[in-house]
Amino acid sequence: MSSVQIRDVRKSFGNFEVLHGVTIPIEDGQFVVLVGPSGCGKSTLLRMLAGLENITSGTISIGDRVVNNVQPKERDIAMVFQNYALYPHMTVADNMGFSLKLRNAGSDEINKRVKRAAEILALSPLLDRYPRQLSGGQRQRVAMGRAIVRDPQVFLFDEPLSNLDAKLRVAMRTEIKELHQRLKTTTVYVTHDQIEAMTMADKIVVMHDGIVEQMGTPLELYDKPENQFVAGFIGSPAMNFLKGHVRVNGVATFEGPNGVKLPLKTAPAASDGRPAVYGVRPEHFTIADDGAEAEIIVVEPTGSETQVFAKLGGEQVVAVFRERHQFNPGDKVRLKPDPSLVHLFDDATGKRMNA
Amino acid sequence: MAEVAIPRAKPQMSEASAWNQLKHNRNWLGFWFMVPAMAFLIFFLAYPLGLGIWLSFTDTRIGRVGHFVATENYEWLWDDSIFWLSVFNTLLYTFVASALKFAIGLYLALLLNENMPFKAMLRAMVLIPFIVPTVLSALAFWWIFDSQFSIISWSLKHLGLISQNINFLGDTTWARICVIFANIWRGVPFVAITLLAGLQTVSPSLYEAATLDGATRWQNFRHITYPLLTPIIAVVMTFSVLFTFTDFQLIWAMTRGGPVNATHLMATLSYQRAIIAGQLGEGAAISSAMIPFLLAAIMVSWFGLQRRKWQQGESND
Repeated sequence: MSSVQIRDVRKSFGNFEVLHGVTIPIEDGQFVVLVGPSGCGKSTLLRMLAGLENITSGTISIGDRVVNNVQPKERDIAMVFQNYALYPHMTVADNMGFSLKLRNAGSDEINKRVKRAAEILALSPLLDRYPRQLSGGQRQRVAMGRAIVRDPQVFLFDEPLSNLDAKLRVAMRTEIKELHQRLKTTTVYVTHDQIEAMTMADKIVVMHDGIVEQMGTPLELYDKPENQFVAGFIGSPAMNFLKGHVRVNGVATFEGPNGVKLPLKTAPAASDGRPAVYGVRPEHFTIADDGAEAEIIVVEPTGSETQVFAKLGGEQVVAVFRERHQFNPGDKVRLKPDPSLVHLFDDATGKRMNA
Repeated sequence: MAEVAIPRAKPQMSEASAWNQLKHNRNWLGFWFMVPAMAFLIFFLAYPLGLGIWLSFTDTRIGRVGHFVATENYEWLWDDSIFWLSVFNTLLYTFVASALKFAIGLYLALLLNENMPFKAMLRAMVLIPFIVPTVLSALAFWWIFDSQFSIISWSLKHLGLISQNINFLGDTTWARICVIFANIWRGVPFVAITLLAGLQTVSPSLYEAATLDGATRWQNFRHITYPLLTPIIAVVMTFSVLFTFTDFQLIWAMTRGGPVNATHLMATLSYQRAIIAGQLGEGAAISSAMIPFLLAAIMVSWFGLQRRKWQQGESND
C-alpha cells in the first residue's frame, strides 16, 4: 500500500494537449474514483499512472518514489482492464499466476497465492477453466484476481464494469467495495458512471476536458458542487438549471425565465441584478402553496418514488417525490425549491456563487 | 446441407404425381444447386487424380494405350537412384525452404505489425514477390544466377571479393542454394501477410496486461503472441509445405532439374519422364509416390489444427 501523488501532470498527443495540469493527492488506502464524460482524459491519466503512456510534464509518485521514468513492471501496480484482457490460452489459475511466474516465483508460492485470491473471489471451482468458458461476471472476477494475487501497492481499474449487464454491475460494485474494505489497498478507479463514483469512492475527482473540476467526498460534491458542470454531472436525475437574475430588494429572490419568482435563502454580496443560473435538484422540490406554478407533462412512477416532468416558467424541470401525489399530465401544481438546498452559479463562469 | 425436416405432404396432396412431389422436395432442389460445383471438382480434381493413379499401374506411353502391369513401375522406381535422389531433393527443398520462409515471414510480420511510417506502403511492397508470375520471377533469377552475366558475380568481382564468376546454376551445391533462395523469395510474402493478419487479431490490451504483469518484450512474444498465433501458423505452414513440396515452375524455369539431377524434384522428374520422355506410366508412378508424403503433411497439420482446448467452450456473455 502506498500513497500516490499526481502533481501538475500534462499530456500531449502531438500538438494536442489532453491533460492541462492535473494535481491529485491520493492517500494511502484511499479509494479514489476519476469520473467524467468520455474524452475528459481520465483513462489517459490512469494509463500514465500505470506507465502505459508517457508523462509529458509534471510528476507522478507512488509512495516516495517519482515513477515518471520507471518501467510499468517496476511500479508495483496492478490494473483491471475494461475488456478484462484475460489471456485466452491460459486457465484461470495460469492467468492469475502469470505475473508471479514471470517473477520466477516457485510453484508452491504461486499455488498458495492463487488459491488464496481464488478463495477471496469465490473462484476456487473455476481454476481449471479457460476464459471462454466463463460468464462476464466470472471473467471480471478473474481480472480482479489477477490483480490481487500480486499484492500490489496500487490497484488501477479502467471502467471495469462497463461490459456487464445492469444487475451484475450493481452486484460487482458492492463486491469491489467490499474487497477494498478488506484489503485496504490504494485504489484508483476510472468510470464515466457517476452512480458508480458516488457509491464506491472515498474521494471523487470530477474531470472535464483535461482539468479537474472538483474533488472531494461523494457527499461534498453532491451538497456543494463548485461549478455548474459538477452540479450537472453528479446526481441522478440531473440537477435542474434555470437562467435568470438575482433580485435583492429586502428579500433575496431569483427571477427565473418568464419572470418566475424562486426563493433564495440569502443573496451573495453585491449580486442584485446579476445574471445567474439557479440550480435545484429534483429531490429538493416540494409542493407548497407559495411555490411557482408549473404544468405537469409526464409522470413516471418507479414505486419507491415518482419522477415528474413539468414546465416551470416555460422551461422543463424534473422533480422527484417520495410521497405518492395524484398527478396527471396537464395538472397545474405549485413547485417550491427548498431555499436552503438551492445552488446559484455565475452565468458567465459557471462558478458557484452561494455559500 | 443438413437434413431439414420437411413437412409431410398433406393428405389431399398425396394423390399428386411423383414428379410434382419431386418438384417440391427441397433435397432434390438442393442436389441440383450442388451439381455445378460437384462437376467441377470431379472433372478437374477427382478424375485427373484417379487417372494418374491408374496410369501408374500401366505401361502407357504417349501415343500408345498401355496395359495393366501392376506394380512394375514402382518396382522400377525402387531401384532407380535418380528417383531416390529426387525424393531426397524434394524433402531437402521443402524442409529448408519452409523453415526459412516461416522464420523470415514471422520476423517480417512482427516488424510490419509495429507502428512505423509508411506502414501501408511497406505492407503492400512485401506482397510484390507474390504477385509476380512465378515463371517471370524464375526467369529473372535465372539471369541473376547466370554463369556469365550474373549481376552477383559481376558485383563481387568489381568489389574485388572474387576473381572468377561463380557458376551458380552449374554447381550442385550452389544450384540447390539458388533454387531454395528463389522459392523463399516467392513464398515469404504469403507467410508474412497471413501471420500479420493473425497478429492483428491479438488485442493490444493483452500486451499491456502482460507488460504490467512484468513481461519483457521477449516474454510478451513467448507467452502471448506465439501461443495465440499457433492456429494460424498451422494453417499457413500446411499450405506452405504443400506448395513447396509440389513445386514445379520455379525449378523447371531455372535449372530443369540440373546440374546432374541435383535440383530434380519429384514433380520435375515426373514431368521429364512422362511428357519429355513419353513414359506416362512411369511419370504417373513418380507423381503418385508424392501422395503418401502429402498425406503425411496434411495429417500433421490436421492434428495441429485441432481446436485447442482454450478455443473451445461457450461464449456466453
